Amino acid sequence: MSANGEQSGAFGFPHRHLLGIEGLSPLEIGFLLSLSQDYADRNDRGSGRSALLEGRTVINLFFENSTRTRTSFELAGKRLGADVINMQVGWSSIKKGETLIDTAMTLNAMHPDVLVVRHPDSGAVSLLSQKVDCAVINAGDGSHEHPTQALLDALTIIRRRGALKDLTIAICGDISHSRVARSNIHLLTTMGARVRAIAPPTLMPRAIERLGVEPHFDMRKGLADCDIVMMLRLQTERMQGSFVPSIREYFRFFGLDKEKLLAAKPDALIMHPGPMNRGVEIDSEIADDIDRSLIREQVEMGVVVRMACLDTLTRHLRPDVAPVGAAAS
Amino acid sequence: MKRPAKANGRVAYLNARLLDPESRLDAAGALLTEGTRIADFGPQLFAEGLPDGIEAVDCGGRCLAPGLVDMRVQLREPGEEHKETIESASLAAAAGGVTSMVALPNTEPIVDDVAGVEYIARRAREVKLVKVYTYGSVTRRLEGTEIIEIGLLTEFGALGFTDGTKAVASASVMSRALSYAKTFDRPIIQHPEEPSLASGVMNAGELATRLGLTGIPDIAEVMMLERDLRLVEMTGGRYHAAHLSCAKSVEAIRTAKARGLPVTCETAPHYFTLNETAVGDYRTFAKVSPPLRSEADRAAIAEAVADGTIDVIASDHSPHDADSKRLPFAMADFGVVGLESLLPLTLELAHKGAVGLLDALARVTCAPARVLGLEAGRLARGAPADLILFDPDKPRMLDPDAFRSKSKNSPFEGHPVQGEVLRTVVDGRVIFEA
Repeated sequence: MSANGEQSGAFGFPHRHLLGIEGLSPLEIGFLLSLSQDYADRNDRGSGRSALLEGRTVINLFFENSTRTRTSFELAGKRLGADVINMQVGWSSIKKGETLIDTAMTLNAMHPDVLVVRHPDSGAVSLLSQKVDCAVINAGDGSHEHPTQALLDALTIIRRRGALKDLTIAICGDISHSRVARSNIHLLTTMGARVRAIAPPTLMPRAIERLGVEPHFDMRKGLADCDIVMMLRLQTERMQGSFVPSIREYFRFFGLDKEKLLAAKPDALIMHPGPMNRGVEIDSEIADDIDRSLIREQVEMGVVVRMACLDTLTRHLRPDVAPVGAAAS
Repeated sequence: MKRPAKANGRVAYLNARLLDPESRLDAAGALLTEGTRIADFGPQLFAEGLPDGIEAVDCGGRCLAPGLVDMRVQLREPGEEHKETIESASLAAAAGGVTSMVALPNTEPIVDDVAGVEYIARRAREVKLVKVYTYGSVTRRLEGTEIIEIGLLTEFGALGFTDGTKAVASASVMSRALSYAKTFDRPIIQHPEEPSLASGVMNAGELATRLGLTGIPDIAEVMMLERDLRLVEMTGGRYHAAHLSCAKSVEAIRTAKARGLPVTCETAPHYFTLNETAVGDYRTFAKVSPPLRSEADRAAIAEAVADGTIDVIASDHSPHDADSKRLPFAMADFGVVGLESLLPLTLELAHKGAVGLLDALARVTCAPARVLGLEAGRLARGAPADLILFDPDKPRMLDPDAFRSKSKNSPFEGHPVQGEVLRTVVDGRVIFEA
């Protein structure tokens, strides 16, 4: 399937928005991943730019600080020829009374084609999507989902290992508060991987096994025979006393170092969504090991995955390209 | 619609199905009101014809029962009149068949002094629809530290004492309040929830994990309840647990009652009608405190209502305007409006066969009246003529847009129910007619 729309056959992503991975079918996830792979190949060939979204407007609406994700979406939009506008909304102005709905209405009146939204509250992006006419991509909502991160993680793994099916993948760290963990759990289990969650009990959400993962509280046992180790960032405000007693205690039991990594398969690969807290959840030596660490590649895949998502969610605007399926998301 | 009662005007309700949950009367018959009181009633009344000079109302075989007593209502007046006023809540109550309602003291200002109680009473007299009572707070400014003038407020008509939607968290304050209020034979009404475990926004469990929302475990409720039951045992004070939501709490109350403690409790219709899945895709209208629980909890609450472990059903009417609810789930306010859905949702238990019609009605009439020592909630000669005429079977969909309440935050939009209030009478005055 090629990105400029010469493909025939049914369109493989019949949703108006990308709000989360939960509920997507293996075919829909496969569609986004294969399109992302196309973009990656084109990038490798040096033909990454296109005018596919020329004259289209993408607004990055960020209610939370982010450099990486915002830049990645910005670059993806620009590579496709779209006009990209960044809006950073301070949390304080939200508290002051302009509601999320007001913001959505205002932006909607500017007729964007895609809204890329990050918000510190779970469900906020879904709420906003109900009030606007354009496509919405969730760039992270609270502790709920961060679908493009899961897609880029999956693409990174697939490029190294060929497929997700039957891999054993450990997700380690603050599972409770992590949208990255949730999106990855949904994606990886849907695609047939075995997923383990490793965390101290205070950072392991209730009933996590109901999401199809195996919980572990001992990192060595959790890492045994793993193909992939995904580390999560531990937020500063949770480091001291409230959820874990101290940084050094956390690193001692849940930080990834050479010694704990021995439990995993000898060729196990290491991932991290960034930004890393070196010496908190991951040892520098491992983070920088170019044979084991996929961290740089994850960032690279971020751009192509977001190109694929922008392409997919604007296809209804290019009726010559592909028919749109059911419009609901 | 409003008709003044003639001073000693007599109205005969003929051809009615008389329902009195307290005496367990369920029979065809008639009822006579004289002025503000019930003069007589029974199967034989007017069997030989109606004397002259009495206004006759043909009930067409429909149910005539005592008006509902809703012991947990937030009026929002004074302070948040954009959400509800005593007048709009009274109109909602009248339409819902509620003839007496009791307000929580968590207004602005808080009802923690005599002036607050007098204000509510004066506004209720001005509005002159349903009977409006109030609780006083347990502690000054709801701060949880100093107890208020329980004796004086009782003299001025406060029916009980509660910190409203906040738990009295300190065991020593609760202990003092229980023993002190005992002197005045007033109950302490607790929102049973351990605050340090209740910083979440929905029931803790799989759904909260999936939605990335912080959970409130059922243990937060039952551990506060169990603590309080120990204090009741020690002090002998009267204790009423508000809006129970989970199976564990039902068990704790069952044990306490078996041991003879002076304990009563209540739930709200959403806790036996809905479970946590109503939150679905972050529906803030299903955000309530305590949170909607699991299906097993919902079933346990329904069962406890049926077997009488739960004495009372109250609406827990909590009006919120759109701006307080159209927000990300974590930021939205807790609560649902309930005055106009209390009767049909309670009747649903009877329609499902879980409980008899008289028992269902008892939970919203004589039982709350008994907890509060109110002369209400029963058919008796000389009792106030606070009555409802209703059709228990009329099928319809609940439509919050048609509610008289200023706020429409109900999770029951489109919910199919049976039962409709046809007429509401307070002190012999017709204050609502469908």
